[in-house]
Amino acid sequence: MASQPTEKRVNNFTVKIATANGTGSASANGLIMKSLFRMGIPVSGKNYFPSNIQGMPTWYEIRASRDGYIARAEDVDMVIAMNAETYVRDVQEVRSGGFLLYDSSWPRANVLTRDDITVLGVPLAQMCNEAFQGARNRILMKNIAYAGALAALINLDMDIIRTLLGETFRTKTHLIDSNMKAIELGYNYAIENFDCPLPFTAEKMDATAGQLMIDGNTAAGLGAVYAGATVAPWYPITPSTSLMDAFKSFAERLRKDPETGERKFTMIQAEDELAAIGMVIGANWNGARAFTATSGPGISLMSEFIGLGYFTETPAVLFDVQRVSPSTGMPTRTQQCDIMAAAYASHGDTKHVVLFPANPEESFYFAVKAFDLAERLQTPVFVLLDLDIGMNDWMCPMLEWDDSYTPDRGKVMSAEDLETTEFYRYLDVDGDAIPYRTLPGTHPEKGAFFTRGSGHNKYGQYTEISEEYVEVLDRLRRKTDTAATLVPKAAIDEPFDTDMAIISVGSCDGAVREARDHLSAQGIHLNYMRVKAFPFGQEVDDFMDRYERIFVVEQNRDAQLKSLLILETRVEKAKLESILHYDGMPMSAKPITVAIEKAVAKGEAA
Amino acid sequence: MSYIAKPKVAHPKLPRNDLGLTRRDYEGGMSTLCAGCGHDACTAAITQAAFELSIPPHRFAKMSGIGCSSKTTAYFMGNSHGFNSVHGRMPSVATGANAANQDLHYIGVSGDGDSLSIGMGQFAHAIRRNLNMTYIIENNGVYGLTKGQFSASADVGTKAKKGEMNEQPPIDPVSTAITLGATFVARSFSGDKDQLVPLIKAALSHKGFALVDVLSPCVTFNDHEDSTKSYAYTRQFYHPAIHTDFVPPAQSIEATYNESGTANIELHDGSQILLRKVQDDYDPTNKANILNHIQSKQQDGEFLTGLLYIDEGQKDFHALNKTVSTPLNAVPYQELCPGSDALESVLARYK
Ligand SMILES: Cc1ncc(C[n+]2csc(CCOP(=O)(O)OP(=O)(O)O)c2C)c(N)n1
Ligand code: SF4
Ligand SMILES: [Mg+2]
Repeated sequence: MASQPTEKRVNNFTVKIATANGTGSASANGLIMKSLFRMGIPVSGKNYFPSNIQGMPTWYEIRASRDGYIARAEDVDMVIAMNAETYVRDVQEVRSGGFLLYDSSWPRANVLTRDDITVLGVPLAQMCNEAFQGARNRILMKNIAYAGALAALINLDMDIIRTLLGETFRTKTHLIDSNMKAIELGYNYAIENFDCPLPFTAEKMDATAGQLMIDGNTAAGLGAVYAGATVAPWYPITPSTSLMDAFKSFAERLRKDPETGERKFTMIQAEDELAAIGMVIGANWNGARAFTATSGPGISLMSEFIGLGYFTETPAVLFDVQRVSPSTGMPTRTQQCDIMAAAYASHGDTKHVVLFPANPEESFYFAVKAFDLAERLQTPVFVLLDLDIGMNDWMCPMLEWDDSYTPDRGKVMSAEDLETTEFYRYLDVDGDAIPYRTLPGTHPEKGAFFTRGSGHNKYGQYTEISEEYVEVLDRLRRKTDTAATLVPKAAIDEPFDTDMAIISVGSCDGAVREARDHLSAQGIHLNYMRVKAFPFGQEVDDFMDRYERIFVVEQNRDAQLKSLLILETRVEKAKLESILHYDGMPMSAKPITVAIEKAVAKGEAA
Repeated sequence: MSYIAKPKVAHPKLPRNDLGLTRRDYEGGMSTLCAGCGHDACTAAITQAAFELSIPPHRFAKMSGIGCSSKTTAYFMGNSHGFNSVHGRMPSVATGANAANQDLHYIGVSGDGDSLSIGMGQFAHAIRRNLNMTYIIENNGVYGLTKGQFSASADVGTKAKKGEMNEQPPIDPVSTAITLGATFVARSFSGDKDQLVPLIKAALSHKGFALVDVLSPCVTFNDHEDSTKSYAYTRQFYHPAIHTDFVPPAQSIEATYNESGTANIELHDGSQILLRKVQDDYDPTNKANILNHIQSKQQDGEFLTGLLYIDEGQKDFHALNKTVSTPLNAVPYQELCPGSDALESVLARYK
């Protein structure tokens, strides 16, 4: 074993695990990650999985970061290579001076071509074949065993591992024992054969108290339950499906009568996304909070209905968990590619409210906010997550619920209101460009109106008269101005006296924060704004006014956020420079640091 | 202003229903369809049926897609909310609306283009869900609103007004619906009010998806000699399988009918459908024979009409989904939001 000298590092490393899809490695990876988390170490996990059910390669990357960085790591300190098929590629992933752990049951000396890394062979399959019965069980245990070897190599707390297994298999004690046995096989082998621990180790700290380890889809689904959503139509599509699954399982637990089995919600698996959004619109029209979750292809299909929602002023909430596009694209890879599609979805002059959560915490709160905005503004509201936020586990602060919250149901007239007040569906009574509506069945003689996507005047009557049509369309434009005052304000961080800034959106946030620290350490200081919603509030314009040079960081090829800023604010186009990342992998700090270093150097040379 | 409101002056001697309302109270805006359009007769039949059932107009929700037929929801029950949605997608909007409030009566009006071409998928799936609604197809064999193209229900050999002949087989909404599991399937003719009104009443009282396919001639584009959906053709080849009458829950049945060959079907709300066979061998509960029967008539160029199929025993959408009996849009927010304590415990496993 060629031992490489490496600097000692505590709670600052990345381990990447290469396995095949469907071999149960998820529980081993979850166990490793959760152990670090319970040891109080900030940690994040990124799952790179194939669009396949069984057999194709899959990777899981675990980053422990003392400093709390959550973006994708730049370098991999150790690869656990469990998949023969990707072995050659996996070997190349290890940083110089790093480690490779592999299953040495079948020696593979001929492909281990690097002499700048340390190779650790553990006969995982062989040990598990001797210790366990059954083909399937042996494969599962082999994966648990690498977690054991890693535990020895980086000093994971064995008591925590035991506790976690106890929590996972609460009622199945025999599984706790067999899993623990597999852990120990790996652990003991490593202790006996290697110089444990490695130069990078885990050490208990206290940075995860009050934190959760949760993915954005789960948080958003939970948010929809708390918002009081009752009607949930959908059509399955990666990576949005788990959002609906989460809503369903929370609602089953919290809104189902344990005795009668009666539910205070309904899930409808629609025949396609057109139907799903049609149902959302029908239910909202009828006064229920309804939503759907989808991804790019679904948004394309929903377009006609989204325009109907906009023009008839019917609330709707859509979660778009973005994935790599165009077309079917790469369904299990991440991108921020639907910004434009969401902002202007459907034919004609339409413009929509779009919220951009950056993490699971915001996914929860923005889910609730989306329903309030949709009903207040009587319009479709998008919540744009992406696969990275939606499906990866993130560390985030404990979610809080304020029991004094009451939902904003917007301007809905009751039977009593109708007795005393005249009602016309599209009249701007209050000067905020938001009209009043009524729900079907409210009053025997008053308040009924006919909803139509065809031309209508402010009284809700059919019209083909130009002036009447224009009057309604102009009010809708003014409603966008009202929306800009109600949506979440951009997060602005301006500690430096500088004329340079970064603007980003959504899941770029972690990478931008990390890059800013790296750059600051080199004396390059940038202030920062993360937009949280469209239409942009006044603060977005004001922020851009204050800088000469603004880097816009986003995850798509065509600079969609930058385009939207140019179209929808007064910013001077030349001030904005794009930093784009769109290969489908979550963003790391590197492309940002590199691009800004280069740009600044060029600026100085000029 | 292009909006035409009908003056609502009720003659003191107009008949009143159990709610004390007159038929005028069930009327809507003035129709803008071509004079003589079959769809207007359907509107009149819907108005009459709703009036006779004594359902308060505001407890209806009127749903439609796009087409001349779909426009008609504006021409009845002006005191009900209506949703004229997008082409072919009324079933999904109706599904959402119904999911939100199961206490309203949902009446959907569609066309053969709206339901059998662009909307075939949604039509099929609303049936599969056994959505509790009355779904009326005003079937004229053409796209009226886009000026007379053949629709998917045009019969083979039908000639368009401009002479073009249809050679593709028609989609028959009635057989399709029965095959897909619809629980109430009827066919009628816009020109036969006596048959149509009781069928719509029965459909409105059925708990589940009730399809009423109404042959409804388009006088402008499909009422010529070579059309099988003209008034003349329909009158001649229209073949009632069964005579249908409808008796609301409170009334005695014997008083109305006591002829031999009658059969009663009790509906969910206690009302009764009274069937008098025109043909001895027709049984609208025997699915196996029905499709055969409909198709053999079709081969002869005849339309079998009446209540063609009924199954009162199936669970509707809400029963299938086990939703609470309180409409979801009326469940108080406190019962929907689990609160901060529950959040703590739900999140425990994420710590
Ligand atoms: C997406 C879309 N495509 C096309 C149209 C144009 N269009 C309006 S009505 C119609 C056909 C209606 O036919 P049918 O449902 O049979 O109604 P009818 O007018 O015959 O009563 C079409 C194609 C549309 N409104 N929307
Ligand atoms: S075009 Fe045909 S379907 Fe349309 S209104 Fe005229 S007659 Fe009726
Ligand atoms: Mg038609």
